[in-house]
Amino acid sequence: MRIAVSASGPGLDAPVDTRFGRAPWFVVVDTETLEARGVKNGQNPDLPQGAGIQAGKTVVETGASALVTGHCGPKAYRVLSSSGVALYLGARGTVRETVEAFRQGKLSLAEGADVEGHWV
Amino acid sequence: MRIAIASGKGGTGKTTVAVCLARVAPNPVRLLDCDVEEPNAHLFIKAGHMETFEAAMPTPKVDPALCALCGECEKICRFSAIVQAGKKILVFPELCHGCKGCMMVCPAGAISESPRLLGTVETGQAEGVGLVTGRLRVGEAMSPPLIRKVKEHAGTNGADTLIDAPPGTSCPVIEAVSGADFVLLVTEPTPFGLNDLALAVETVRALGLPFGLVINRAGSGYDGVARYAAREHIPVLLEIPETRKAAEAYSRGLVLVDALPELKEPFKALYRRIRECADAARQGKGARPC
Repeated sequence: MRIAVSASGPGLDAPVDTRFGRAPWFVVVDTETLEARGVKNGQNPDLPQGAGIQAGKTVVETGASALVTGHCGPKAYRVLSSSGVALYLGARGTVRETVEAFRQGKLSLAEGADVEGHWV
Repeated sequence: MRIAIASGKGGTGKTTVAVCLARVAPNPVRLLDCDVEEPNAHLFIKAGHMETFEAAMPTPKVDPALCALCGECEKICRFSAIVQAGKKILVFPELCHGCKGCMMVCPAGAISESPRLLGTVETGQAEGVGLVTGRLRVGEAMSPPLIRKVKEHAGTNGADTLIDAPPGTSCPVIEAVSGADFVLLVTEPTPFGLNDLALAVETVRALGLPFGLVINRAGSGYDGVARYAAREHIPVLLEIPETRKAAEAYSRGLVLVDALPELKEPFKALYRRIRECADAARQGKGARPC
């Protein structure tokens, strides 16, 4: 399966970014082949709010079936879950280490957001 | 004439000044309590019965059977309140500012209105004062739409309207003071008062509104506010001395000019001065600040 990991760079050895909405990159990794590609978390800088929503859209559009990140707010979670993207929390180390942890079943599936939304 | 009473810092005496002005006004006035997150003018202007109306704002509701997933609604929304994720349109009503842009651009007519409750608007009468109070729904994060609803109750046919603004300098304050003929800034002689006053002055200057100053609780010994006002050529229209009697009156919900009748004349003079400033500004004569 393909999973997206929030990261500070585009490759497998980039450190993960535990923020979801404001992470600069998502690395989309095939968990079987470890084939990876970086997708920029391109935020529209004109938008005053909705970073998590926009990031959620970006992940949905990558076609990944799961997202691994550090924290996820309620609005981003709604975007992900509406398209059936599973959310896993507990990303740490590099993207490669996080994918390995995911493959070994060490990461737990989140039932919802783990942090409060931002209002303004 | 519309007079907005604003401050920058909270707790400087906006409502105290607003209810005093309402009390000494030569004619019946409207008093709009636009501090909708914490309205308190009704504690002083005691209308026996308040009519209560619910206020709501239109947010989008999408009919998936009609939606062609063209993405036009998402493009026009500055607030990510309506987005297309995959093959679905998601609405976040709590982010919506109620502009109805998405409903207008939707070529399929798939978006209809669904109200989001903002809070209540309450109206009542007491001794020549028509009081209008906005009360934001607990959990609602956006107050400007409700402030707009309160301002719809401004006096017509030239009747004077007093607007008790919320503290601060952000969107709710802009919404409350915009359209005013004069902004009265109430401050206190403390470093905190001065800091926030300077921000409020920047705000009303950016809005191009004529304004003047009331220094409440005067006599603390800190002269930073007075020096700032002189340096910036801002007229100090009234100083209210700090007294124990004033604090006691406030704690009992009394209007200051009722409890301390010696303040009646100064407040009447303030009202006249505001009218002169507003008239001068309207005729383009008065420099700003007034």
